[in-house]
Amino acid sequence: MSDDTLVHFDKVTKRFGDFEVLKNLDFKVKRGEKVTIIGPSGSGKSTVLRVLMTLEPINEGVVYLDGDPLWHEKRGHELVPASEAHLRQMRKKLGMVFQQFNLFPHMTVMRNLTEAPVRVLGLSRKEAQERARELLDMVGLSDQADKFPPQLSGGQQQRVGIARALAMRPQVMLFDEPTSALDPELVGDVLKVIHRLAEEHDLTMLLVTHEMDFARRISDRVCFFDQGAIREEGPPDQIFTEPKNQRTQEFLHAVLHPEA
Amino acid sequence: MLFGYHWDLTSNWTFALSILPILLHGMLVTIEATLLGFFIAAVLGLVFAVLRGSPTRLISYPVAFIVEFFRDTPLLVQLYFLYFVLPNYGILLPAFMTGAVALGIQYSAYTSEVYRAGIEAVSRGQTEASRALNLSRADTFTRIILPQAVPRIIPALGNYLISIMKDVPVLSVVTVLEMLNVAKIIGDRTFQYLIPLTMVGGLYLLLTLFASFLVRALDTRLPKRGIPLK
Repeated sequence: MSDDTLVHFDKVTKRFGDFEVLKNLDFKVKRGEKVTIIGPSGSGKSTVLRVLMTLEPINEGVVYLDGDPLWHEKRGHELVPASEAHLRQMRKKLGMVFQQFNLFPHMTVMRNLTEAPVRVLGLSRKEAQERARELLDMVGLSDQADKFPPQLSGGQQQRVGIARALAMRPQVMLFDEPTSALDPELVGDVLKVIHRLAEEHDLTMLLVTHEMDFARRISDRVCFFDQGAIREEGPPDQIFTEPKNQRTQEFLHAVLHPEA
Repeated sequence: MLFGYHWDLTSNWTFALSILPILLHGMLVTIEATLLGFFIAAVLGLVFAVLRGSPTRLISYPVAFIVEFFRDTPLLVQLYFLYFVLPNYGILLPAFMTGAVALGIQYSAYTSEVYRAGIEAVSRGQTEASRALNLSRADTFTRIILPQAVPRIIPALGNYLISIMKDVPVLSVVTVLEMLNVAKIIGDRTFQYLIPLTMVGGLYLLLTLFASFLVRALDTRLPKRGIPLK
């Protein structure tokens, strides 16, 4: 494995009952790379993020994060299932933004952003609040710190979600359909924030989205997922203008020309 | 005479007035038993709910059995057991304590179900977000899940508080001098049952109405910002 590989799915299979969501998946992401995953629903694209965030265990194969197995621990020369302590160690490197935002509704925006840094990273409340203010400023919500999530619009909530994940200083940010639950007129603000993040930071980003134009603009690489495996991958211009795989062509045609 | 108060049998009104302080004495015991029983039920119920949700079956199955056992056996049986059987094994509690513990144990089975429902009503996304933020399991439960679950279940817990209050007279069989027991003693000694028992009914009504009022006030005052209540 070359040194600049940060995420590596090595022949990973994930089943829900009899259904194989990920089939013998091989997938690599380089440090700093922005990768977009597209594909039909049920193709396993969100599962990739959820496996990586340690929300879904895998059945076969090994996932490596920064060279270390994610769902396993090394014991001698063998890999054994990871303990909670190991998972917590690995999660430090990851941050996730959810389709449904999943903000903590009983806490103010400020508290949403400071709770984990204080409890997990051991920052003082003051340090955490300073950091939170910078992040709120970055996502354009500095005046909303004392509100509760349900008082915000969906777009604002999702930007809080992004700031909350960033507050933990992850190396890899996972975006699971971050704009799919938003009203169309609110999508733009969220995409702008993600776009700026992609341009100004050397964060590694994995994005599952249906916003094809956006995927094209921010990604270094686009992966087309179908039936639990990558059918085609490449630079966005190639995937979107001259897809080689027939399934990719059909999918893009259906998404970009829904009435045709 | 009871608790140092004499009754005055010259008329119904003087009788009622003269036994009121005695009944209030009993009411105080009723309130104390209710509060202690509810406290035990509230704490033990939460413990049961947490253990029953444990991923380890070696823990969750026995706890489920215990909860089911407490729920499906009569309060009176549990009370007799605690009061008459435990002393044989060297556990000797005062009658009042025994009664409060019996109430607490019986109702912990009910409150544990309430907690469980409240916890399950908090969306899975909250646990997932906590995990993504690397919060420990304990922090996730005490800081994210529980604060969202408790406001939802206040009305249900309040109903059990009132139920416990209404079950306190059962403790009279193990000599606890709660309100009904006191009224019965007055009746036994004066052969006047109508007035003391009616007064117990009336005082109970006042008590439960007051308790419902408190529960409702707590329910409306508790901050629920953002917590969807179903």
